[in-house]
Amino acid sequence: MSAKTNSTSRTVAHTVPALPVVGTLCERELVRFFRQTNRVLGALGQPIIFWLLFGAGLGSAQVGESGRLDYAHFFPGTIVMILLFTAIFATISIIEDRREGFLQGVLVAPVPRWAMVLGKILGGSAIAMLQGLVFLLLGWLTGALGWAQVITATPSGLLCAILLMAILSIALTALGFLIAWRMDSTQGFHAIMSVVLLPMWLLSAAFFPMNVGGWLGWIVRLNPLTYGVVGLRHCLQNGGGEAAQLPSLALCWGVSLAFAAVTFSLAWWIAGSRSTADLL
Amino acid sequence: MSLLPAVEISRLAHRYGEHEAICDLSLGIAEREIFAILGPNGSGKTTLFRVLSTLIPIQQGDVSIFGYSLRRDAAAIRARLGVVFQAPSIDKKLTVLENLIHHGRLYGLNGHELRGRADEMLARLGLAQRRRDLVEKLSGGLRRRVELATGMLHRPRLLLLDEPSTGLDPGARSDLWQYLEQVRAQDGVTVVVTTHLLEEAQRADRIAIMHRGTLAALDTPEALQAAVGGDAITIRTKDPAGLAQEIQNRFQAPAKVIDGSVRLEQPEGHQWIVRLVEAFPNQMDSITLGKPTLEDVFIHFTGHQFWNEDATS
Repeated sequence: MSAKTNSTSRTVAHTVPALPVVGTLCERELVRFFRQTNRVLGALGQPIIFWLLFGAGLGSAQVGESGRLDYAHFFPGTIVMILLFTAIFATISIIEDRREGFLQGVLVAPVPRWAMVLGKILGGSAIAMLQGLVFLLLGWLTGALGWAQVITATPSGLLCAILLMAILSIALTALGFLIAWRMDSTQGFHAIMSVVLLPMWLLSAAFFPMNVGGWLGWIVRLNPLTYGVVGLRHCLQNGGGEAAQLPSLALCWGVSLAFAAVTFSLAWWIAGSRSTADLL
Repeated sequence: MSLLPAVEISRLAHRYGEHEAICDLSLGIAEREIFAILGPNGSGKTTLFRVLSTLIPIQQGDVSIFGYSLRRDAAAIRARLGVVFQAPSIDKKLTVLENLIHHGRLYGLNGHELRGRADEMLARLGLAQRRRDLVEKLSGGLRRRVELATGMLHRPRLLLLDEPSTGLDPGARSDLWQYLEQVRAQDGVTVVVTTHLLEEAQRADRIAIMHRGTLAALDTPEALQAAVGGDAITIRTKDPAGLAQEIQNRFQAPAKVIDGSVRLEQPEGHQWIVRLVEAFPNQMDSITLGKPTLEDVFIHFTGHQFWNEDATS
């Protein structure tokens, strides 16, 4: 190659436009999801089972001094649980992508690394959102049927809840990406699941009240997921009768956005680092 | 054939912890060349493939591809590379056409241009009828063709293939090589193939023989075979070690035991047949004369048997 052709070819953009890359990777996640019938059934079945379980089971339950457990109280936390599990399971598909070789094809393509990460995360978030919305719809149905009033929000509150759910989905999918990137098998993931993710949900104000004392209270207050649960309680139930004791909606939004920004940045950073698992 | 370099590797070194996978490797690959990197497992060829495909960063030395430095301009190189991995990088849950479309978008193609190219690649690889089939329903040979179609979709100038014949039957293997010759002739593509199959390397213009991370030999298959110097004589016998020793004692000719047979490399092989048969009439089951194979070449240059290399990586 002569020096001249060399210099002209250098003017060609080296990485391709990012948006089609994000779109195509996101679309692939969704196509794969809808093509696996068991995943679709699971995705629709899980909210329904939770709905029946929490709706019927908790309606009459009495627990200790905290008094009556009601479905409405657990509703925002259950949404967050659905988002947490689905988002994170959707991104562990990165382990599958790596094992099956798809990932290496993406890694050697001239795509910006952040676009690869964002495509993967948005795809996983969309799947999580889908389940979250099904559960939300069931919540509305509960009220419409007159069983329990779990959503007392205005349309704008509902919109606020949906947007917050989207942010939480992105944050949690990015967290899943972060955990899964370095793993070479899905088995290792189960340990993380029970040691980190499950406690993270339990200690997110989904279960315990915000004002629980001692170190437990500190963990609840430091847990970014708490602000997602509380934010949904504000949006869907106007604070559920305890708005005054809860962190403000603005704080919930701030923490959730920061949570998404931090997990996404970390996912981007880790995807730029080489993993020995790249070499499978 | 043009002699401008498509790939220049200079003083490349790569280690995994203590293990030196590539040490001080330098070689050049010309544009429009079909180039084979031949070596047993652990010879460093897969590491070299990963470096060339931009999957792992260069530790020491430099590589330039079409004048771009792999260290500084990896993105520019990626746009010009078609990579076919040993483990397929296509998505089994997607159809043949969907794989091509997604792949094209990763290389900045879209719209009519992308559809047009996908149709063209499907036609060229005889996949037009299978475009709507899920990849998981295809045979190994057809999947490899889909891989080739995605690898060539964005019209790369350099096609890198890692052990492309793995899992292919002889017919599919032959098709693959015909296709590689076709893309070189029609599209002017430089083709680099890593392989541990001797008969596969034979079809390349030039072969680099890798051995323990270094370049053991580099030439055309014919020149490499000529370098062995003469003919290869193989004797099947019940006591190969004893016979080899006797041949050495009697003729001072180096005879080796390889895979239970005695092997000699000598010029004027036909005369040696007569001499050997007369000297040891009752000790041979059979004696054959042949041109040296690439296995002989490998033994000649490395002093090791091809298949008995330690797989250290």
